[in-house]
Amino acid sequence: MNQDGRGGAINVVNLRRRFGHQQVLDGVSLTCPSAQITTIVGPSGCGKTVFLKHLNLLLRPDSGQIVIEGVDVTRLNYRALDKVREQFGVLFQGGALFDSLTVAENVAFPLVEKTRLRRPQISRQVEEKLEAVGLSGMGDKYPSEISGGMQKRAALARALIRNPKILYLDEPTTGLDPTRTGAIHALIRDTHQQLGLTVVMVSHDVPAVFEISDRIAFMHRGRMALNGTVAEVMASQDEVFQHFLAGKSASAEEEAGRRPVARS
Amino acid sequence: MSMASSSILTTPLERLGAQVIDGIDALGRFVLFLLYALVALLEPPYKPRLWIRQAREIGADSLFLVALIGIFTGMVMGLQGEFTLRKFGSEGALGTVVALSLVRELGPVLTALMVTARAGSAMAAELGAMQVTEQIDALTVMAIDPIQYLVSPRLLAGVLSFPLLTAIFDVIGIFGGYLVGVGLMGAPGAAYYNGIASSLGGSDIAGGIYKSLVFGLIVTWVSCYKGYHAERMATGVSRATTEAVVLSSVLILVFDYFLTSLLLK
Repeated sequence: MNQDGRGGAINVVNLRRRFGHQQVLDGVSLTCPSAQITTIVGPSGCGKTVFLKHLNLLLRPDSGQIVIEGVDVTRLNYRALDKVREQFGVLFQGGALFDSLTVAENVAFPLVEKTRLRRPQISRQVEEKLEAVGLSGMGDKYPSEISGGMQKRAALARALIRNPKILYLDEPTTGLDPTRTGAIHALIRDTHQQLGLTVVMVSHDVPAVFEISDRIAFMHRGRMALNGTVAEVMASQDEVFQHFLAGKSASAEEEAGRRPVARS
Repeated sequence: MSMASSSILTTPLERLGAQVIDGIDALGRFVLFLLYALVALLEPPYKPRLWIRQAREIGADSLFLVALIGIFTGMVMGLQGEFTLRKFGSEGALGTVVALSLVRELGPVLTALMVTARAGSAMAAELGAMQVTEQIDALTVMAIDPIQYLVSPRLLAGVLSFPLLTAIFDVIGIFGGYLVGVGLMGAPGAAYYNGIASSLGGSDIAGGIYKSLVFGLIVTWVSCYKGYHAERMATGVSRATTEAVVLSSVLILVFDYFLTSLLLK
């Protein structure tokens, strides 16, 4: 475990969370180093999305510690949490664009609501971000009028609009065809390289997603079964992981097949 | 959230106890939701833009419907009232009958029911869809308080719109009663308005306004709560909408009884 320990952008220690009788997170520990792409993979129902919702502060753990940029967020009150949240960009599974607003209004939303920037400045920044994700000229469309891949790109533009330090991506390519998946992956890689972001991603696109990742964490039964650089993890002889890679994981691990839903 | 599982809860008594605890738990969350939204209303940032938009959606956009129901309610009362009063030789009392029943009872209740059907269901469906598609989570991670942003403006707009809509309903209803009772059935026109002027007091009008304020709170509270807590599944939004309309309507009629018994003292 070369870069583990203190010093990461995100340090998680022994995180536990229970929903009803199900121990979804059963002592998760993980370090996500600054300016690297850490990808969390694992069979569905293993707790990946729940874990990510703890990192982006939508859920609070029963016990354990989450330290983000040196701040222990498990001890903070609501006001202080908002300060930490302002360093985030989050891309949700379905995009979560506001469907009453146009694409441009969606991307502008965090600036309009949380900053004192003037209209012309805002529209310049929005146009910049839309161009970066390949959606220039689409700003006037509503989310319902564009394709799923475009929605994800618009949501990515919104997540990036305040120049976050940390970007969380929850299955950025789910539901997209292989070509679009490649395009989104390239976009993530480019954005990461240009802005030097810390990226934490949950993905189902194994092994395609390994190409753009620096580190892989393999989650299994509420824990990180494996965690290291892509080369380290790929070289692992861990049987469960090898089965997962070979696509044979859909056995007992599906468990109830239900992912507990986040609720604030 | 406690879960009823037969392995742990074996006796019917324990199951009943679990249900009672769940019920109290849910009621607590329901009340805290309102308190949180009311406190958030007093805290900055203030967003008059959102208040005005909600006042338009709940209030102004319901105007035509309220006017339509108002005129027909008044017309029916003119018809029924005049028909019945004539049997007792009391045609002159029509104005009193129409105005008092509208202002005290039918105005607040029918307006509240109609606005529930129109705006309450829309609120529950909109917030439900936002919950199901993670738009509410998206607000949270942008450091925007979703209750303050989505629920507080609706509560404010609901509480302010209901009395105004009710007043409009009353006035149009009284006119509808005149139209049919006097215009069509031939009741004495001067007596209609004199009856209203002599019998309709400030306490009747105030009572109607109190009721509509309470109904406005109930409808927006219930509709927002149900939508905000819609379950993330295919039927989540439709169930939230149905529950919002049914619960609002029931609570309107239940509270109407208790408010009336308080106000008549």
